[in-house]
Amino acid sequence: METNSEVKGSMNLPKQEELLASVSPHIHSGASIRKIMLTVIVALLPACTAGVLFFGLAALKTILLCVAFCVAIEWIWGRLDGRPDDWKDMSAALTGILLALNLAANVPWWICPIGAFLAIGIGKQLYGGIGYNPFNPALVARVGLLIGFPKLMTTWMPSLNMSSASHPLNQYVLDATTCATPLGVAKTAMTRPDTVNDVFSALSAPETYMVYLKGDMPGCLGETSVIALLLGGILLLALRLIKWQVPVAFIGTVAVFTGIVHYFNPAATPGPIFHVLTGGLFLGAFFMATDMVTSPMTNRGALVFGAGCGLITTLIRVWGGYPEGVSFSILIMNALTPMIDRYTAHRPFGTRKKTEEK
Amino acid sequence: MNFAHDNHIYFYGGIHPDDSKALSASEAIKDAPLLDKYTVIVGQNIGAPPKLLVKKGDTVKKGQKIAEPAGFVSVPLHSPTSGTVSALTDIVGVFGTMASAVEITPDGKDEFCELQKLDWETATPEQVLAKIADAGLVGMGGAAFPTAVKLSPPKTKKIDVLIINGAECEPYLTADYRLMIETPERVLRGAAIFAKVLGVKTIMVGVEANKPDAVEKLRNAGADKFGIEVKSLRVRYPQGAEKQLIYALTGRKVPAGGLPMDVGCVVQNVGTCAAAADAVCEGKPLIERVTTVTGSKVARPGNWRLRLGTPISKALELCGGCKDGVAKIVSGGPMMGLAQISLDTTIMKSSSGILVLGRDEVAQYANQPCIRCGKCVDTCPMELMPGPLSLYVENERFDLAEKEHAMDCMECGSCAFVCPSRRPLVQHFKRAKAEIGAMRKARAAGAAAKGGKG
Repeated sequence: METNSEVKGSMNLPKQEELLASVSPHIHSGASIRKIMLTVIVALLPACTAGVLFFGLAALKTILLCVAFCVAIEWIWGRLDGRPDDWKDMSAALTGILLALNLAANVPWWICPIGAFLAIGIGKQLYGGIGYNPFNPALVARVGLLIGFPKLMTTWMPSLNMSSASHPLNQYVLDATTCATPLGVAKTAMTRPDTVNDVFSALSAPETYMVYLKGDMPGCLGETSVIALLLGGILLLALRLIKWQVPVAFIGTVAVFTGIVHYFNPAATPGPIFHVLTGGLFLGAFFMATDMVTSPMTNRGALVFGAGCGLITTLIRVWGGYPEGVSFSILIMNALTPMIDRYTAHRPFGTRKKTEEK
Repeated sequence: MNFAHDNHIYFYGGIHPDDSKALSASEAIKDAPLLDKYTVIVGQNIGAPPKLLVKKGDTVKKGQKIAEPAGFVSVPLHSPTSGTVSALTDIVGVFGTMASAVEITPDGKDEFCELQKLDWETATPEQVLAKIADAGLVGMGGAAFPTAVKLSPPKTKKIDVLIINGAECEPYLTADYRLMIETPERVLRGAAIFAKVLGVKTIMVGVEANKPDAVEKLRNAGADKFGIEVKSLRVRYPQGAEKQLIYALTGRKVPAGGLPMDVGCVVQNVGTCAAAADAVCEGKPLIERVTTVTGSKVARPGNWRLRLGTPISKALELCGGCKDGVAKIVSGGPMMGLAQISLDTTIMKSSSGILVLGRDEVAQYANQPCIRCGKCVDTCPMELMPGPLSLYVENERFDLAEKEHAMDCMECGSCAFVCPSRRPLVQHFKRAKAEIGAMRKARAAGAAAKGGKG
């Protein structure tokens, strides 16, 4: 029974000492951090499903371990740091999923706690928890692991269907646990001028494009399926949880830049469609570069940010030492975010542009 | 729902909250019965509170002046009924601070003092303006700025457009809507009176497109005859904010820190228009207004013509009292209204609504860390950066807040409405504005002192 009323005469009026007296607005849209995080998790379910379909239960194990360790570390660190409820906002669970999607499905189990510590501990809680981290926590972990365990982190298992001889990428399977990714194959091919054109055209055939779209190929367990990532990405765009400027500028810049390089020197790198569909570009462009905390706040800033990511990714893929550059590009642009924010800040309504003031 | 609208210029940002107007929109305006006591707050207007003319024991007529203006930006105050001044007292005002008030005990006759009518069409603009000033008119949309002052811009400002604000973009409120559909001719006549005072030919009424019948009624009531254009406007909060309304209707941008008159505009609320028509044509001073008493926790929401000095408790009783589970009582709308702490606070000239909200629907703020989602940046109609600005305030860097245009915030609440971190952004900006105001005053004083020495 509600009892905060008293009867004055025959009328039911509230007790005034129980009235809330906070500042306007007195109504709220209902948005919350937890709702945002849960929605992004839902948007990642297609990619998680694709990972399990193509790499088997090893993928599921990696996802569950990463989530469990990330939430555990968030909980423990939060308790020690006086923020015991941090884990409840689901952001650690989301980071766990993103971390897993950035790992090969068959990584040893102990990679997961180390990655979780790098992501949640070093990448996030050390700065003060959600909202204060300058870098995308999952990518801090990924790059940390890449530096700490370079061999492990660049060994990829073939997808389950690749043992079939009819699979277009079957020739790159070395054994049950080792296989080169398309980007890796391309990087190696660049160093062998005699065969480079054949390899590039095999990587850019229509049937291999279909493989890239589906995601039935080696790579991080959540990055391979373009279709699954696009499904989730469209959901986030429709709900306006991410700015379209980031993925469009990111993917667009990669397409244009690699297209230009490929046009002038076809032996330097495969064509733009190959670059767009392979590696971690879709995962990065829709789910990592769009991380709210570490990307710009304005739409103009998001365009600059996305274009910068695309530019750096292409530079690394074509001329850098690594076959893939999505993670590095996002981390570098994360560092530039405060500056981008400053230069793309809105001018208030009714203020003249500087040129007009002169 | 999408409504067709006439304007093609849209202000940046804004939000689209559930308007909840259906609770009271179909309720005709009703006159409240005479109470046994009215407690009229003396300082109801922006600017100097008026100076009292009565003392305890005086008898007054309805409409008799009980306080006179105390300066240029001030208005007189009139008695809501005939009776005796039974006390000069202090009550809790709408801002939650104590306010001095005149308690009037009615004699039951409700007798008007002698009212001076004016034929506004033959009178000079100066006579009309004097009449408006004498009737104690203030902006009835909520700001309570003296109307006569708004109608007397400095000679250097050329006014060519009069805008009548019928947007009523605040959710829940339907007082202006009922006024427009029940007595559209009063609104139009008031607008024409304002235009005459200003010497303006272009008059536009802006109505949010979710009130198509109000647009229709105004047009049918002879808007053309008065030379008034009635425009339906895109439904988006805060369409009724002065600067956003002017922009939507004329494409003119009021400069930051400036006033509508800087772009040749004067904006008046439809309620103020109706009050002006009564003041000039019938000689009635402003002693009552239409207030929407609404919310899911009101037994029978409705629109009431309430006299100044009516306690909130009495207004609620007119509506059959409240249901259980009340969390908040707001004077005004849910976006910009003021939370009330006393049911003895009384209706003022600016009281557009009494809103009663339940626990499950009232905003709960938590001030979690900003996650830089940028939703506030997307919605701020003043095109500020609310998130970063709130961080400056939290760190008490009011110098930075000033540099980043905190003073341009109009406290519309759009940012706080969408914030997933539930940050009390309006609270932060109100604080920033107060601190910056004090800083500026100190700076000016410092400069003056220096100037004195040099």
